[in-house]
Amino acid sequence: MSCCAAEQKSIAAPVRHAGDEMLLASRALPGGLHQTSLSVPAIHCGGCVQRIERTLAALPNVETARVNLSTKRASVTWKGSEPPPLLASLKGIGFDAHLHDAEPEAGDPGLSEMIRALAVAGFAASNIMLLSVSVWSGASAETRDLFHWLSAAIALPTLAYSGRIFFRSAWRALRHGRTNMDVPITIGVLLAFGLSLYETVNRGPHAYFDASVSLLFFLLIGRTLDYVMRDRARVAVKGLARLAARGAYAISADGTERYLPIQEIAPGMLLRVSPGDRIPVDGVIAAGKSDLDCSLISGESAPRAAAAGDTLRAGMLNLTGPLTMSATAAAKDSFLADMLRMMEAAESGRSRYRRISDRASRLYAPVVHLAAFLTFLGWMAASGDMHRAITIAVAVLIITCPCALGLAVPMVQVVAARRLFERGIMVKDGGGLERLAEIDSVLFDKTGTLTTGHPQLANNDIDPETLALAAGIAAHSRHPYSRALAASTSRKQSIAPDAVAEHAGNGVEAKIGNDLFRLGRPAWALAAKTATPESTSVVLSKNGVLLASFEFTDRLRRDAIEAIAQLKKQGLSVEILSGDRNRPAQQIADALGLPYLAELTPAGKTARIAALQAEGKKALMVGDGLNDAPALAAAHTSMAPATAADVGRNAADLVFLHESLLAVPEAIAIARNANSLVRQNLLLSVAYNAIAMPVAIAGFVTPLVAAIAMSVSSLIVIVNALRLRGRKKSESKQMPARAARTVEAGSAG
Amino acid sequence: MIDFFFLIPIAIALGIAGLGAFMWSLRSGQYEDLDGASERILFDEDKPKS
Repeated sequence: MSCCAAEQKSIAAPVRHAGDEMLLASRALPGGLHQTSLSVPAIHCGGCVQRIERTLAALPNVETARVNLSTKRASVTWKGSEPPPLLASLKGIGFDAHLHDAEPEAGDPGLSEMIRALAVAGFAASNIMLLSVSVWSGASAETRDLFHWLSAAIALPTLAYSGRIFFRSAWRALRHGRTNMDVPITIGVLLAFGLSLYETVNRGPHAYFDASVSLLFFLLIGRTLDYVMRDRARVAVKGLARLAARGAYAISADGTERYLPIQEIAPGMLLRVSPGDRIPVDGVIAAGKSDLDCSLISGESAPRAAAAGDTLRAGMLNLTGPLTMSATAAAKDSFLADMLRMMEAAESGRSRYRRISDRASRLYAPVVHLAAFLTFLGWMAASGDMHRAITIAVAVLIITCPCALGLAVPMVQVVAARRLFERGIMVKDGGGLERLAEIDSVLFDKTGTLTTGHPQLANNDIDPETLALAAGIAAHSRHPYSRALAASTSRKQSIAPDAVAEHAGNGVEAKIGNDLFRLGRPAWALAAKTATPESTSVVLSKNGVLLASFEFTDRLRRDAIEAIAQLKKQGLSVEILSGDRNRPAQQIADALGLPYLAELTPAGKTARIAALQAEGKKALMVGDGLNDAPALAAAHTSMAPATAADVGRNAADLVFLHESLLAVPEAIAIARNANSLVRQNLLLSVAYNAIAMPVAIAGFVTPLVAAIAMSVSSLIVIVNALRLRGRKKSESKQMPARAARTVEAGSAG
Repeated sequence: MIDFFFLIPIAIALGIAGLGAFMWSLRSGQYEDLDGASERILFDEDKPKS
């Protein structure tokens, strides 16, 4: 696969760039075909699927287009050396799409191993149960022995195949001197099988093959659900916009440009960064002038002007002018890597958290094993019959095997994750959900989290004529302030593109008739030193004379005020941790009525979290920038919007896709709900054991009783978990409408 | 008793056939887009244009 194919052709730089990036991200198939995977987060119904497939399939050179609604991804195969304009045509029908790493054909090996094990266990459990029912309904001695032998023949390969998932994990735990849930499972299953085999050989009346295999089956259901949930979130999160650059144009000594993947960029290389691209690695500007959006790096909301000699950090967004930069660090040593190191240091606190099921099983395993052992001793002492004592002790182990316990937690968490998914919130794993239910304070980053990160025109006292002129000029620039101006009015004076010139770092200039209009920095646009208010960042001038001055504020994220009110109603303390300067942070804090800390470094944010932890509080951190990543890792649990930097999104336990900030209180409410159901389910399991264990110890348990008891307890737990889905059904019906609004907002902006 | 020699192998063979069918459907990717499958049944035009 060559990245240089497009090089000879003289196409406009942004188009060529997109093509190269797509080629880099696609997978070569035999027959000159390429497969590209696109992530389209706004897909939400069959209509979208059909529209996207039709639009993509109609493009030249596209062979097939297939949309996966579950993962919200489109897979396109195309031929030729030039990628078709996939992203642009999706944008045309209102869907924002991002490139996704083309994955190999085979799915997740871990998941398919688990599903195969589950299928085999299901097959074996149903067949053995069928044979067992005949035995229970009174098969005569010879038939019973035959059926027992048949059951043994089915059970043995099943244990070897499906059971190894538990055996492996139990062995790993035991080898390190620990115990986990899989240890009692393994002991119970193997003992039940061994005892049954002994009974079969000796033509005994009772065999527990069915219990042994259906235990495996039920536990595998719980295990698979847990895995599917984590996998689904992982895939969805991975498929979101990649904010870090995939590659950059390196300028070689003879002046030719080559598109290099980011790993191959070495210090000292000269790189070209077009407007609209992210800075790939740390470096210094060698030539050119531009404005930089540093919001992901420092949380600063106002763009910063940059010129030759200024230092650049990986992840900044180049806004207005083309830059030539000289790389000073490889990608792995860039600012991003520093953040990763800080995150690792911060994360040690969270890894100490033990999942609720682990805590339960740590209490549970010794109790069960001790009970079985005491039963054995008791019956030995009472009857002196070794065989009978062992049989009863094994029955105790079987009936108390943590079947319901293994389902109690994952079932609830899967249903909760599903509900969150419907609201556009991804949960990384069940542990995140458990921690989210425990939090008592919420910390928000400002730029990009409480606000959208897009500025908005603040003063509305401007004469419409002037505003129309300013918007007309601004429409020719990519600077965020220009975009805000252009979006602020529907009346735009149309201005011929060749009359407009953009001066990177200063502003936009337009020649209309004999007059020269300048829109930009006061110092540049105004001829003489005219006094302007301090907050003014942009003015419009005519031949150097002030016409109007504009102020911008960062727009609050949708539903921010309501979300904060709901959080307070949930009894949480809320504050803002901002890396931005004091003034803009104060504005937002005042608008929301929250306490705030401004000009915080990444280390300052983690320090604040550590201080809260020292007070015994558990904090939820909501943030999006690279500078938030260490704090996201340090907090008890964390959430990030889908627009967050890669690192931040990976550090967060939950990621929300929609613009509305209501995702935060919703997620907390669902997590708390789920947590109370988990506790109920654990209580149900304990109650079941409290009834079943005395019966087993007394020696009344036959294989039939064990089968019924285990199935009933599992069913109760599952039904209880499903109650979570039934709650507030009307709420979920609003979702498609909300998703559609997000799509509109996306295509308008 | 003689019936068992036919009936039990048949029962187990049917079970294995079901297991095999599930394995096949798993491998051929039929469970990869469950949400999509429930929507696709409503599409008029079944085959995507190639």
